Amino acid sequence: MSLLSLNAIETAIGQYAVLHQVSLEVCEGGVFVLLGRNGAGKTTTLRSIMGLWRPSAGSVVFQGQDMRGLHTAEIARLGIAYVPESMGIFGGLTVEENLILATRNGRFDQERLKRIWQLFPALERFWSKQAWSLSGGQKQMLSVARAIIEPRKLILVDEPTKGLAPAIVDAMMEAFRDISQTTTILLVEQNFEFAKSLGRDMAVIEDGRVVHTGSMADFARDTALQNRLLSLSAS
Amino acid sequence: MGQTQQEGALEPLKSTLQRLGGVNLLPFAVAVIAFVLIGAPSSWVTLTVAGLAMGMMLFLMASGLSLIFGLMDVLNFGHSAFISFGAFVAASVLAWLGGWLGADSLVLNALAVFCAFAAAILFGLAGGWFFEVVIIKPVYRDHLRQILITMGALIVAEQMILALWGGSPMTVPRPAFLTGSILLGDVAIEVYRIFAFLLGLAVYLALYWLLNRSRLGLLIRAGVEDREMVEALGFRIDRLFVGVFMLGSALAALGGAMWAGYETLITPALGGQMMIVVFIVVIIGGLGSVEGTLLGAIMVGLVANYVGFLAPKLALASNMLLMMAILMWRPNGLRPAVT
Repeated sequence: MSLLSLNAIETAIGQYAVLHQVSLEVCEGGVFVLLGRNGAGKTTTLRSIMGLWRPSAGSVVFQGQDMRGLHTAEIARLGIAYVPESMGIFGGLTVEENLILATRNGRFDQERLKRIWQLFPALERFWSKQAWSLSGGQKQMLSVARAIIEPRKLILVDEPTKGLAPAIVDAMMEAFRDISQTTTILLVEQNFEFAKSLGRDMAVIEDGRVVHTGSMADFARDTALQNRLLSLSAS
Repeated sequence: MGQTQQEGALEPLKSTLQRLGGVNLLPFAVAVIAFVLIGAPSSWVTLTVAGLAMGMMLFLMASGLSLIFGLMDVLNFGHSAFISFGAFVAASVLAWLGGWLGADSLVLNALAVFCAFAAAILFGLAGGWFFEVVIIKPVYRDHLRQILITMGALIVAEQMILALWGGSPMTVPRPAFLTGSILLGDVAIEVYRIFAFLLGLAVYLALYWLLNRSRLGLLIRAGVEDREMVEALGFRIDRLFVGVFMLGSALAALGGAMWAGYETLITPALGGQMMIVVFIVVIIGGLGSVEGTLLGAIMVGLVANYVGFLAPKLALASNMLLMMAILMWRPNGLRPAVT
């Protein structure tokens, strides 16, 4: 069953048209991976869904509701969380304050909090520390934790492994695997190994156009297609 | 090598100063230096109290600008219009309640002052709402247009004050309980200055609580850092902006009302005159930080009074020199919300 549909959306940043007729169907459950080279339009796609950049044409439909004209805050309240590439951590706030800001009524659901502490033990350890003092990996954990501190239907995650140490990437993979049991994830990722092990469905975006969609298992088997669309051999 | 050794030797001193309060110690350091230079303890106490009172009034005027600038990234040169209007509204209410003010009753006197300040605050809230919705909203993210339109609004506001209250200076009556001085030995401390200090302190504590102990404050502090992310968490930051703008304008109006009572003679140019000092306070303190604004305001208040006494010819330049010195040391100000 389709959770999110992008129907021929076009998004421009200033005078530059970035997305051209992008259409996607993200089904409920599991991880949908959006692949593509640098500057292909992956981040723009996530930001267009979140209403941070407004598509000039096309529609974004979430659970049957057309989100055109909705404010970003209203989109978030529909149950969509966003983990940006920059992580979007509030450095001047403590770990606890960063998380409490993401709760609906300013109180923690203790069960969820315990689950977060199990997934990311460092966050419990640095609970009262200001977020700027965390390492890059811990900041990424906080950013993801903030997305799951409340029940969400969809989490948009933009390049969560960028610049992280291999051990942290492994921890992040386990966390996403766990989260995807209950929440749909739309993941933008350049680390193909990471994406491959998590993704169920996938799409490749190139120059602002969707050039391939299908199952991750099929794509992972087709090395020629990977090389053509992602230039993996070149990199 | 030698420099590294020198830095290593300074490290314990730095960490001790940091533990004792870091930049918060600056006003104390300035006061101690001034004490040595002034020599006479009674003059020093008088100047220090005057500096603290002036600092608190500047804090009232500047804290709103700092929040508006820091959170909303809006260069509001029209902020001083609220200082002027606050002063004139409060002065008019005090004049209108002359009977209460002249009555031989502390309650009626205090009630008149309360009504004057409440009127200034209400004007600030309503005017702030109108200003944000009509003038600021169309020019978000465009500093040049912000400067032009808010400067224009300031000119219009000054002309409105001229039209409503006339061009002649207006006398501001002070109630009996806020006039005179308290004598402590050979030191005379003006009652109004103590009142200004205490009111400023109360506002600071309330703002501190709001920003550091409430969910709304958490949102404001987060918004100063990353507006987009606050929206992505489900909060309408544009609505928060209106609230912050109204609060900032109300604080400016209250500061103007306090300043009117302090000066006792006001002109329509009051806001414009205060604007430069208010901007200096915000820049010294660091954007978006109430603690920084308080620190900046107290530094400006103290330095202006000490320099005015020690080297009167330098008095006019003292604020600028202070700002230059602090910016050379800390380009983001003493305690910015975001570094």
